[in-house]
Amino acid sequence: MNVRRARVLVVWLGCIAVAVIVVVRAHYSTDLSAFLPAHPTPTQQLLVDQLRDGPASRLILIAIEQGDAASRARVSSSIVERLRKDPEFASVNNGEAVVGQTDREFLFQHRYLLSESVNAQRFTAAGLGTAIRETIDNLASPAGLLFKSLLPRDPTGELLNIIDQLGRSPAPESHDGVWISGDGTRALAVAATQASGSDSDAQSRAIDAIRAAFATAAAESPQSGSKNVQLRLSGPGVFAVAARAKIERAAVRLSIASSILVVTLLLLVYRSLPALGLGLLPVATGALVGIGAVALGFGTVHGITLGFGITLIGESVDYSIYFFVQSRQTQGAADSWQRLWWPTIRLGMLTSVCGFASLLPSGFPGLKQLGLYSISGLIAAALVTRYVLPALLPAGFTIRDVKPLGLRVGGLLRGAQTLSGGAILLCGAVLMTLAAGVLYHDRASLWNRELSALSPISTEEQNYDAKLRADLGAADVRDLVIISGPDVESILRGAEHAARALQPLVDEKVIGGFENPAAYLPSMATQESRRSSLPSAAELRANLSQAVAGLPLRADRLQPFLEDVEATRHAALVTPRDLAGTSLNAGFDALVLHQKDQWNALLPLRSAAVGGEIDFARVVAALERSHVDDARVLDLKRESDALYDNYLAEAIHFSLAGFLALTVLLLIALRSPLRVARVLAPLVLAVLTVAAGLAIAGVHLSILHLVGMLLIVAVGSNYALFFDRQANSEEAADSALTFAALVIANASTVIAFGLLSFSQVPVLVALGTTVAPGTFLALLFAAIGASAVRSVHA
Amino acid sequence: MQRIQAFIVLCICCAVGGTPALAAPTDLHDLDQVMGMLAMRQHGRVEFIEQQFLSVLSRPIESSGELRYDAPDRLEKRTLKPHAETLVLTGEVLTVERAGRRRVMDLHAYPQVLPFVESIRATLAGDRKALERLFRLDFAGSVSRWTLTLVPLESKVKQSVSQVRIEGAQDQLLRVEIRQPDGDRSLMTLRPSSLP
Repeated sequence: MNVRRARVLVVWLGCIAVAVIVVVRAHYSTDLSAFLPAHPTPTQQLLVDQLRDGPASRLILIAIEQGDAASRARVSSSIVERLRKDPEFASVNNGEAVVGQTDREFLFQHRYLLSESVNAQRFTAAGLGTAIRETIDNLASPAGLLFKSLLPRDPTGELLNIIDQLGRSPAPESHDGVWISGDGTRALAVAATQASGSDSDAQSRAIDAIRAAFATAAAESPQSGSKNVQLRLSGPGVFAVAARAKIERAAVRLSIASSILVVTLLLLVYRSLPALGLGLLPVATGALVGIGAVALGFGTVHGITLGFGITLIGESVDYSIYFFVQSRQTQGAADSWQRLWWPTIRLGMLTSVCGFASLLPSGFPGLKQLGLYSISGLIAAALVTRYVLPALLPAGFTIRDVKPLGLRVGGLLRGAQTLSGGAILLCGAVLMTLAAGVLYHDRASLWNRELSALSPISTEEQNYDAKLRADLGAADVRDLVIISGPDVESILRGAEHAARALQPLVDEKVIGGFENPAAYLPSMATQESRRSSLPSAAELRANLSQAVAGLPLRADRLQPFLEDVEATRHAALVTPRDLAGTSLNAGFDALVLHQKDQWNALLPLRSAAVGGEIDFARVVAALERSHVDDARVLDLKRESDALYDNYLAEAIHFSLAGFLALTVLLLIALRSPLRVARVLAPLVLAVLTVAAGLAIAGVHLSILHLVGMLLIVAVGSNYALFFDRQANSEEAADSALTFAALVIANASTVIAFGLLSFSQVPVLVALGTTVAPGTFLALLFAAIGASAVRSVHA
Repeated sequence: MQRIQAFIVLCICCAVGGTPALAAPTDLHDLDQVMGMLAMRQHGRVEFIEQQFLSVLSRPIESSGELRYDAPDRLEKRTLKPHAETLVLTGEVLTVERAGRRRVMDLHAYPQVLPFVESIRATLAGDRKALERLFRLDFAGSVSRWTLTLVPLESKVKQSVSQVRIEGAQDQLLRVEIRQPDGDRSLMTLRPSSLP
């Protein structure tokens, strides 16, 4: 016996050591990828990249509220001025002019390569005449007067053309020189971070920088109107950082709180510290093995797996409870427990494994990992309970007698025994019909098919974000045309091609407009054709003197123009590198993505009306008509919702398959369809009742509710199997002790999951509100059903 | 991206220093009387002919159209010849529409443009306070025939306008002359509208 005991302990410690090494060396990730497909289609890959690194992911929306309008404007200016010097930000804008000497010089220097108006016709006598006449007309207007001093060098007004070309997006409303919301109650600004949105640490730094700039700005303005000025931030990065903090906080707080409660409960029951310590061993081993298995199986462990895994194998605390309580009876009880109860626990564990196995084939890496974690964790915990706990049990070990508790619970259930088995069956059938009826009635809205169902961001925050985006106009990058190619030149050509196809849609108001990286930097081909369209000095001089005949402008005043054109003819073309140092660079970079050996140009589309939908079919048709072959059209929200919907449908199917598998398992183990039906009926009834209850409460079920239902079946199957064992065992097992063990186990589960319901994080709430009532109902239904069976037997 | 909007700023390319203006005694009583009469009017509609004398051009350019004013702060300048252009100033926002293109400028960002439009609007509104925020005022003549000279106070404004001279009779504006620091000037002659 002692040799065997030592062998067991050595094997166990060895496993723990290996698991610790694996866990310590594992790679952990907290980014979005747990929610994204493991083997994406090309479109999904684009979606993933967009969500992770796209221009939308980098935006931080800044709102300044309260105080008076002038103070808000002052604070806005001060923040923006400060942040523009911060290298964390690619750009910061609140509508205020960036008087960038560099930008001005850059655009002016390259105007004949950058302006869309430049072509051979432009420099003929007729073309020049038209262009110069227009410039002169412009001078008559106060706005055009600003260009007066440029006339001798730029008589065709190319600088104004470039500015128009770049400024096609509609600007938000502004007041006191800074952007404001439509209702005028807040000053607005947009910051784009240098780092991608999925880099939570960088996002967190950027957010801190904005808060610091605001604090300084607010402290600097002594006016009373700025006393209570408030800062509010929104955007994907802000949400990601807030969500991370929120989940971390919730996970830490809740696990501490539930540990304290469960430990207190167990102490009250056991009245023995060694028992408590031993009782936690299966859970601890299970968690360690679970993480280790995930690390070995997937390479990377997601934060979500760590967060939820431990709650999923909470069932394993029950194992030790059953062991201690039920083996209490006699000396050498461990042996009789193994004979009497281990097969039941083993079967319960295997049914749980069947349930969780349904998560394994999911396309959702987060669910896959949770599946593997639960399966390996539960098996490890069960094995520890079976082999390690008896080996560690000190001689003369005993816990408090919990028989009175079991007797009291048995007394409570006696009421049910007075009912006839038929009546109970009828009640169950009625309840099941009612629940199924509710679910059938709500079937259309039963499931939440949007990815936001998993978002830890409150609806209020999401609405606020939408409001800011509407006020800021173009900032919502939801619909994109994506051009892919092997190099920058090819995608810029593609973008120019696509832009030509999309422009008619803008004119017809099918779309409000679009952005285009080629507006910042035309392709080499386009630049080359513009450069070669510039005439020689002699020819241009001749054309010019002909063009200005009849115009109030003498050709000799335009000598600088001749010189600039001639200089451009011999100048190099503009490359992406030349953009460095100008604010065009940020705009260009945001719309050009480089991945491995592929380049993507993004052309975000704007809807014609604020918050309006884009007619995708027409966009696709326009691109096809113009044979823009390498273009794809992507609606980020639709794609991500479709992706989630897909997961959900898949998870529902796999769960049903899992349920089928555990039915087969039970049929094999119990060898009686009637017994299987008695085991499964309370579980199905509990799941249906909880789902119906949630539906009545107006909750739309998400994928986490589904996981919760799996847990009800996993935990509840143990309860049902105990009652089944009790009813079908020839040996006189002590029913009071079994009652006590089940009640204690269920109390610890209800406490742990009940606490989750009070969290601010929707996914945790979903799990808590499903599992806490579900496991309780499973126990109740199983107990009532068992007493009905007994009363029939009696 | 809105960032691009910032490039409009490149418009601000003419930067030449302003000229100091001379102080002169003002007949405050008559000024107030004229302002009072102007302030009484809620709407105004006049035809204009504007001549721009620009050194870069060899002869003046001429345009004509209609000027409309609605109290308290809307000024519309509709040029009909030689090319249609509509310029609307509401509050601090100037909207310029021509050849199907629309540009919106927040005048806070373009102080250089402000005196061209605010001088006329504030005078039509009889809003002496608004004028005094931007200009030093000099009133000469009598209510029946007066000249109001406006000299910008701020250096940024002085970069584009050195002086605005408005001539009028009673509550009618007759001529508006805007002088720029580089010697260029514009002259707008107004008369009651005969347009439909």
